Parts: sequence; structure tokens; C-alpha cells
Amino acid sequence: MSKTTEPLTDTILDGLSEVSCDVLVIGGGTAGPMAALKAKQRNPNATVILLEKANVKRSGAISMGMDGLNNAVIPGYATPEQYTKEITIANDGIVDQKPVLKYAQNCYSIIEELDSFGIRFLKDENGDFSVKKVHHIGSYVLPMPNGDTVKKALYRQLRRARLLISNRFMATRLLTGKDGRVAGVIAVNTRTAEFLVVRAKSVILCMGAAGRLGLPTSGYMFGTYENAANSGDGYAMAYHAGAKLANLECFQINPLIKDYNGPACAYVAGPFGAFTANNEGKRFIECDYWSGQMMLEFFTELQSGKGPVFLKLNHLHSDTVKEIANTLHTVERPTRGLFHEGRGTDYAKQMIEMHISEIGFCSGHSASGVYVDEFARTTVPGLYAAGDMASVPHNYMLGAFTNGAVAGEDAAAFAQDHDFTAYDPADVALERERVLAPTRREDGIPPNQIEYKTRRLVNDYLQPPKVTRKYEIAQQRLAEVREDLETRMMVRNAHELMRALEASSILDCADMAAFSSLYRTESRWGLYHLRTDYPEKDDANWFCHTLLSKQNGVMTGEKKAIDPYVVPIADEERDIYDKQRVRATA
Amino acid sequence: MPTVPTFTDVPVVVDDVKCIAEKGCRVCIDVCPLDVLRINDQTGKAFMAYDECWYCMPCEADCPTGAVTVNIPYLLR
Repeated sequence: MSKTTEPLTDTILDGLSEVSCDVLVIGGGTAGPMAALKAKQRNPNATVILLEKANVKRSGAISMGMDGLNNAVIPGYATPEQYTKEITIANDGIVDQKPVLKYAQNCYSIIEELDSFGIRFLKDENGDFSVKKVHHIGSYVLPMPNGDTVKKALYRQLRRARLLISNRFMATRLLTGKDGRVAGVIAVNTRTAEFLVVRAKSVILCMGAAGRLGLPTSGYMFGTYENAANSGDGYAMAYHAGAKLANLECFQINPLIKDYNGPACAYVAGPFGAFTANNEGKRFIECDYWSGQMMLEFFTELQSGKGPVFLKLNHLHSDTVKEIANTLHTVERPTRGLFHEGRGTDYAKQMIEMHISEIGFCSGHSASGVYVDEFARTTVPGLYAAGDMASVPHNYMLGAFTNGAVAGEDAAAFAQDHDFTAYDPADVALERERVLAPTRREDGIPPNQIEYKTRRLVNDYLQPPKVTRKYEIAQQRLAEVREDLETRMMVRNAHELMRALEASSILDCADMAAFSSLYRTESRWGLYHLRTDYPEKDDANWFCHTLLSKQNGVMTGEKKAIDPYVVPIADEERDIYDKQRVRATA
Repeated sequence: MPTVPTFTDVPVVVDDVKCIAEKGCRVCIDVCPLDVLRINDQTGKAFMAYDECWYCMPCEADCPTGAVTVNIPYLLR
């Protein structure tokens, strides 16, 4: 864009245009680019559009790359069946195994493909992948020595495939036809507020985690664990389109560097001999792999006289510490080095103080999300979801790539078999009114205050341990905030309008978190769904998924049976992840 | 509508001497996931217009002249 045409102050312009495509991918982080590539490979004649709120070059959770694969199923080290078993156990059995098994079977070919893109993985002197053990049972962690190049390598592939990329457009609502099929999306430009309707035969949602749900303890609203751009827009859009969302009460809570709020990161340092320690410098958990049960032990130690919790590296050789620091300070969250420098924390001398993150939704590390089957299909025909927002548990980056690929291929096939379905133009008019309402007020409440209050209420009332009475108060207070959001929120420019739309997504996610947590009247997944009024796991009544959806305009819950296991779990294996605490030795 | 002018310590700092935005460069503005950088219409240089930073670093890493520095936001430091 030339300088002369550039609006200086994100001035709101009036505009509405419409484009059409075969496959629309929303979100250009990790899953999205892979979904778009695979859709195009499956049908080179298809028009594929990749829509992104930021810029595909540096958007999403892997903006600055990734330090390694946390869930690589590599022949010779692990089998798809073993991985499926481990993920089933780590999630207290509440898993549809088919998508997990399919991921485990497909991920090695995706690793080879990423390798061909120029993204390298750690190999030993024989040229074999150098896999590390972090999980309880199997070995699945594979370091990436040049992990900082992931986004650039992906972007090259997108350019080569001549995909259509629309940056700085924020999708706000899905459009559906009378037949219930997805018809497209309404999006708004984040710098001009001009509208874009994209008609599509199939749509893939790859919009990341709900990472701005809880408020970080630092009080800095954008100092979140997840990329702060991931404000849960995908969950809100799927909900309003009638899609079902699974097990949202299984929150994401992560161990992190206190205040910095990024990973510490035990997956990188653990294989070198680092471990999570209490204030006595002693190990208190058997295994550093993130699960709800591990987080419960972490939380218990933090609350006890043996807190805070630390990542301990200062017993390692200085060369080893340097090697770890080199990885941690160049990839994923490179400002970690700057943070420690400011605090005067030297890995070789001091332990690194850790804490737990604010709550969020993210299947990348946890298990909840828009319900999908092994083809990444949601419950809305033609609508797909992949990555952190889809319900396949413990996805991580490789899951986003692999399931994004599955979604892209199936969505391309769907688009070949179906024509466009018509949407009702009245839906577009209504959505424009909803979006623009805050621009039409002369006075009111700014979006950052609406957002702060929502997230502060999330921290005050929704953080586990979950107390029914607190949850009821949360619902009442969140309804008051909703009234303010709908009738008094005001914005002055297009940038503030983006934040206002995000505040709306965040509030929807807070409501869903409260509703789904109250619905499941048991405790499960360790800290993620620890209910003080129902402290026990209740397999007789709750060995099932919970699905949340909008039915006749009302938030509704239902139970769904778990698909019969394809990889059987023996009784004595079922509770391996419940035994996280280091036992006293005689 | 009341507005209250306050000053703040922003994490992203641009060195005006090194910044070549007046020559048309928009790299830092393009890559920011939170879209918080803009051009100052007085100086023609990039600056942090919105204090909404994830201290993620693409602006600093991708700047062709090394003009951008990402600091840890004060509240976290």
C-alpha cells in the first residue's frame, strides 16, 4: 500500500464486498496454512482462500517458531497404538480414539513433509531422529534445531502454491444455508472496518486457542500464555453457527515462568536432566508431561509450604545449561532471555520461579474444543475445525499440522461434491448492525474495560477449584457485563472495533466455560475440572463427553457416549496418570 | 465522551534514526500479530500506537535495519 492511501488513524470506512471460493480456511497460524496447502493439492483447480486476522507471515502460536515436536510418533520409537493408549489414559479415558489414532498414523509423513520444507529435526550420528522421553509411558519429543524458521518455511510453500491470502480480515460470524450447511463467512477489515462476505462450499476453522480468557496475574492484559491474538473467536463463531463443542470444562492451565507467562520449558530442559522442583530443590512429580493430574500436583505444591515451584537446571554442567538456554532464547518465546536477564536469573546458578497460567480453552495441551471426528468434520455439514480449537486432545504443533492436513483434504473433496448453498442476506445485514453498533455511540464503555472486567470475573470465580456458588455468581455478573457490551460499548476507530469484537468472543467463551463446568457434576482431569462440591470421579454417570451447543438461541448441554475404543486399555493401566506424586522412599 | 490523557511505558521502541518507514518500509507493522504499530504522521517513522504487546519479537527480528527493540512490559519485568 502506498503511503498516500494509508489511513492514519484506523478510520472507519463504509464498505461491503463479496467473493467466492471452493474452500475457505480461516486462520493462518499452524493448522490453517497446512489445511489450505492440502486442499489445493487435493484439487489444484479449486479456489482456496486463507483468511487471517493478523498477517500469515507471523501469526499464531508459532509466530517465532517452535523448539520441538512434543508428540511425534516415529517408527522405531513409538507405535500409533501406544500413543493412542497414552493419550487416552492421560485424558481420564474421555477420548474418541479414532482421530487420535489417525493423527498418530499420519504424523510421521507430515514430519517428513516438514523436513522437505527445510524445517530440520534433531538427528543422531546415524542420521536417525533423536527422540526424547518426557511422557509417562512412551518417547515422543523431537527437538527442532532450526525451529525459528517454521513460519518462513510455511509461507514459502503458500506462495509457491499460489494460494489466495487475505490478511487483516477478522471473521465474525459464519453464514449457513436453510439446509443447515455452511455457506460462508462475514469478515471485517481490522484497519478500515469494511466488510467482506466470503461464500464457500466448505469452511475450515483454524482460529487457535481461547487464550485471552483468564487474566494473567501480572495484570498486563496481553501478557497471556497463548498468543494474545487468539481470543477464542473460533469457539464463539462455531457456537453461533450451531456447531457442538466438547468437554469445555476441561480447561487449559499450564506451568510457566512466573510473570513472564511463557513456557519454562521442561520439555526442552527435561531430557537434559532438568526437572520441576519445590522450594527445597526436590522433585515432587514423577513426570513433567502436562496433564490435569500433573497440574493438580503442581497447584497443590504451590499452595503448600513447599511452594513456589521452580524449574531446576543449576545442577547441570555449564555447557548443558548453555545449550538449553540457546534453544529457549531463540525459539518460540525468545524474549525469555531478556526477561531472565532483567531479573538477574542465571540458569546455571538460580532455579527459575514457575507458576500456573490463567485458564483458557486449548486442545493443543488439553482436550476441549469444537467437536470433530477423524475427518476433522464438525457437526455442521461442510464446516471443519483443526488445531488448538478442535477437540482432538493434546494436539500441540504437530497435531495442528496433521489434522489441518486431514481437514484440507476432506474439505476439498466436500467442495467437489457440493455446490454453494444460499445464505439469507438478512443475516449479513443483522451482523453488520451487531458489529457496527459500538461505532454509532457518542458515549459509552471502551472495549478494554469490558474485556478486563470479563477476564477479572473469570479469574475471581471460574478458576479451579470450581465452586458451584462462585459459578452462579459468575453467571450473574457476566450477564451484567453482556448487557453493557450490547448496549453501551463504544469504539472510536477500526482497531478498537477489532478489540470490541474480541471482547465479545471472550465473553462468549467465559459463558461457555461456566455453563459446561456446572453441567458436569463430578471431578475429572485433575485440576482442569476439580469441583469442590463433587470431588470424586464418577464413571457411572460421567464416563462420556459433554457437548455444548446453541439450541433455539439457548446454551444447552448434552451427554455423548465415547466411541468404542479401537485400542483397548487394560484396567491396571487406566490410572497410571493418577500416580503423579513422587512417593516417599523407605 | 470523556478522554483522559495518561502517559505509559510501552514495550516496543523504534530508533527513528535507523527506521526507514519514510522510504515505504512497513515490515514491523505487517508482521505484528496484535497490529499495534503505526506510522507517526509527524515523523514518518514507525511507533507503538497501542499498548497491547505479546513481546513476541517478529517486529524486532524482521526489521531490516535493526531499528526496533522489544522490551518486556513493565508490569511483567
